[in-house]
Amino acid sequence: MTANFDSAFLTEMRRDLLRFARLQLRDNALAEDTVQEAIAGALAGGREFAGRSALKTWVFAILRNKIVDAIRERSRSINVSALSVDEEAMDETFDGLFKPNAHWQPESRPADWGDPEAALNQEQFWAVFETCLEHLPANTARVFMMREFLEFDTDEVCAELKISTSNCHVILHRARTGLRRCLEKNWFASGGASC
Amino acid sequence: MLTCKEVTHLLSEGQDRKLTVAERVRLEMHLLICSGCSNFGRQMNFLRSACRRYVDRRSRGHDRAD
Repeated sequence: MTANFDSAFLTEMRRDLLRFARLQLRDNALAEDTVQEAIAGALAGGREFAGRSALKTWVFAILRNKIVDAIRERSRSINVSALSVDEEAMDETFDGLFKPNAHWQPESRPADWGDPEAALNQEQFWAVFETCLEHLPANTARVFMMREFLEFDTDEVCAELKISTSNCHVILHRARTGLRRCLEKNWFASGGASC
Repeated sequence: MLTCKEVTHLLSEGQDRKLTVAERVRLEMHLLICSGCSNFGRQMNFLRSACRRYVDRRSRGHDRAD
């Protein structure tokens, strides 16, 4: 079964999966274990794979479930809604974008990103994107990635992590506004893509 | 009239739940006259597609022909 897949491919696949798991779990050892289990699970299943991408898709599907399990496990001991200093700092930065009447400060008004979809084809954009994700505080990132990467409904995210719906919305808003600012600063404004 | 800050919350929540008709009407009225919030709204949509594509790239390996 494994004979079809050379070690260079498996190494590369492992690296990609590990990055994905680390981003969400924020724990290297746990990420390594999770990826290891996912790969072992996929190869041990006795399934035939039509090719590399079929194998990778399958391992990835297993990995997602394992990440969810790990998050679920962890949410028993972690209070996801607790605000760290990082989250408080994000809220302050966000509030600073507005005038006292809660409309945009002229210099903070979101700019036109032009054709942002074009960035999706650029390798460098993904490096920036990943760095911005890494900069999100752990709990904020966890909620955001469950919603956007693991594609849970918001209700499911709240239920899994035992947070209220309104708190869920606050956390997702914080994550999105933080990512938006980070991408604007590090890609769209500096790349000359802003108008 | 909604403030820009309130609009950012509605635009984010619009990614997670169906907004009520009343919310949508107030939102649209604001967006008509506010370019900052309109840009913000497009950026929220872009974030969603970037996340989808990110997962796609990670799960399927390298870029197919673009």
